[in-house]
Amino acid sequence: MSAPATPMRRRPVDAPLRPPWSEQGILEVFRHRYILSLLVRREIAARYQGSVLGLLWSYVNPLSQFFIYYFVMGILFGRAQRTEDFAVHVFAGLIVVHFFTETMNAGTRSIVRNKSLVQKMAVPREMFPVASMLVSLFHVVPQVAILLVATLISGWRPDAMGLVFGVLGLLISMTLGTALALMFSAANVFLRDVSNAVNVLSNFVRFGVPMMYPYTLVAQRFHGHTSIYLLNPITEAVLAFQRAFWVGATSHPAHTAHIDMPPNMLWLSLRALVISLVILAIAQSTFTRLERRIPERLL
Amino acid sequence: MRKEDRSIVVRHVSKTFTLRYHRTLKQMSVAMLRQQELSDSFLAVNDVSFTVQQGESIGLMGLNGSGKSTLLKMINGIMRPDSGKVLTRGRTAGLIATGAGFHPQLSGRDNVYLNAAILGMSEAETRRKFDDIVEFADIGRFLDSPVGHYSSGMFARLGFAVAIHVDADIFLADEVLAVGDRPFKKKCLAKMQEIRDSGTTLFYVSHAAGSVRKMCDRVIVLEKGHKAFDGDVDEGIKFLHYDDDNENALDIEEEMADDEELGADI
Ligand SMILES: Nc1ncnc2c1ncn2[C@@H]1O[C@H](COP(=O)(O)OP(=O)(O)OP(=O)(O)O)[C@@H](O)[C@H]1O
Ligand SMILES: [Mg+2]
Repeated sequence: MSAPATPMRRRPVDAPLRPPWSEQGILEVFRHRYILSLLVRREIAARYQGSVLGLLWSYVNPLSQFFIYYFVMGILFGRAQRTEDFAVHVFAGLIVVHFFTETMNAGTRSIVRNKSLVQKMAVPREMFPVASMLVSLFHVVPQVAILLVATLISGWRPDAMGLVFGVLGLLISMTLGTALALMFSAANVFLRDVSNAVNVLSNFVRFGVPMMYPYTLVAQRFHGHTSIYLLNPITEAVLAFQRAFWVGATSHPAHTAHIDMPPNMLWLSLRALVISLVILAIAQSTFTRLERRIPERLL
Repeated sequence: MRKEDRSIVVRHVSKTFTLRYHRTLKQMSVAMLRQQELSDSFLAVNDVSFTVQQGESIGLMGLNGSGKSTLLKMINGIMRPDSGKVLTRGRTAGLIATGAGFHPQLSGRDNVYLNAAILGMSEAETRRKFDDIVEFADIGRFLDSPVGHYSSGMFARLGFAVAIHVDADIFLADEVLAVGDRPFKKKCLAKMQEIRDSGTTLFYVSHAAGSVRKMCDRVIVLEKGHKAFDGDVDEGIKFLHYDDDNENALDIEEEMADDEELGADI
């Protein structure tokens, strides 16, 4: 027979008795920065594993989109003659749109893709969509560098207000992208249809914002009744980014801002940020509700 | 029993799973036309309560599908109970399912860091223990090749090696020894005894009576989600087999003899 049961060993543990899961949602993610950084690094390394061009694909994709839009809208439809520095206009918008759609798409699939981790860990699962957003953000940096070169060549004169708008544009798309990634990532566990629906949504976003056409076109067509069009926070994000990098490159910035930007840009951008934050709060509460059943529904 | 020595409190915990029979729209509409059930619920853990003191080591036993892994997942915080309360004190580590938490494309080395982080280790802590972990896993030069190419035993070794090196207050072990080879099993048991003797609360799921006898000082038996037994090890093992027919008893005896031998070598 084996040895008799050993007497009880005592070791005082200096910690409170508490539930083994966390309940603070997305805020908890920032207390797990180390895991987050590992996840982001892993994601960047894994996204294009086994491909020869590797990370370059992250730039081939937006750049090819840029050339298509520029060719079709700028050359075929003749937009390039009517809108000054049309290339900068398109590219500034594309950075925001691409960042947003990438965050939303990769974020939606993030939990299902990481199921082996989800089934193991008790750390907040908000981590995965947030990591997707950070990976997309990582790719924004070199794109902005390219944009800066392009806009400087076009005669860009930076201004302080432009900087504020640039930051606002990024913040809006970051907040809304994270919010939708959060909500869809949980929903996608239950219904894989969600990731397909998000693909469709991305198409609407690409055409629903003033990226391949200027805002003036919309204002003219609807005789200034653009309030619904402007309700979409990504519209403001794109406009803010164009205000930051494109308006200053045109020959008469004040005139361009007057014609091609809606009035009250600052107010509109702030409103868009607030809308995004409200959506983030709703997304978080949806996520919390769905999250309880995520591990058991992942096969 | 002092209150501040309580390590795990499980109170009236129940967990229901939904079994879905039809997944696509077509299947669902056909089933509805035929008036079949679309889904059914299933009580995997049914009103289970117990308290564990710091330093106790519990053998969790029961037939396949009796809810052991589900209970462990709730103690670990991976799953949430539908009703009832789970409270734990301190850091929990363990091996819930072999291979979970590994990314097949990443190398063994990267996976060690990721896995350790998930179990709550900091970067410095992982770096400090890295050599010990690798030595324990003993996977040789495969350390830098993708985990996807590992054999299931190697998978399990790496997972166990990381989990056992966390300075945890509660250690959960499920299916740990299922795929490891004999020398590795011995090493694991010895290591688990070591952490048990250091005062870590141990929760050990096993079908092998011998190793439970060796490791544990209390047995909880689940039967179809209910707690059927909670108490002394030998009585628990007896309880588990009291109504076995002869054929089964034979198998179990064989298995026990095997385990006994394994235990004796250590
Ligand atoms: N995600 C899930 N969805 C539906 N049913 C599940 C799920 N996970 C477990 N179950 C069911 O719950 C029951 C208990 O499963 P569990 O894995 O806890 O059993 P176990 O006691 O660990 O069994 P074993 O000894 O085989 O490891 C089983 O009948 C299983 O089919
Ligand atoms: Mg099990």
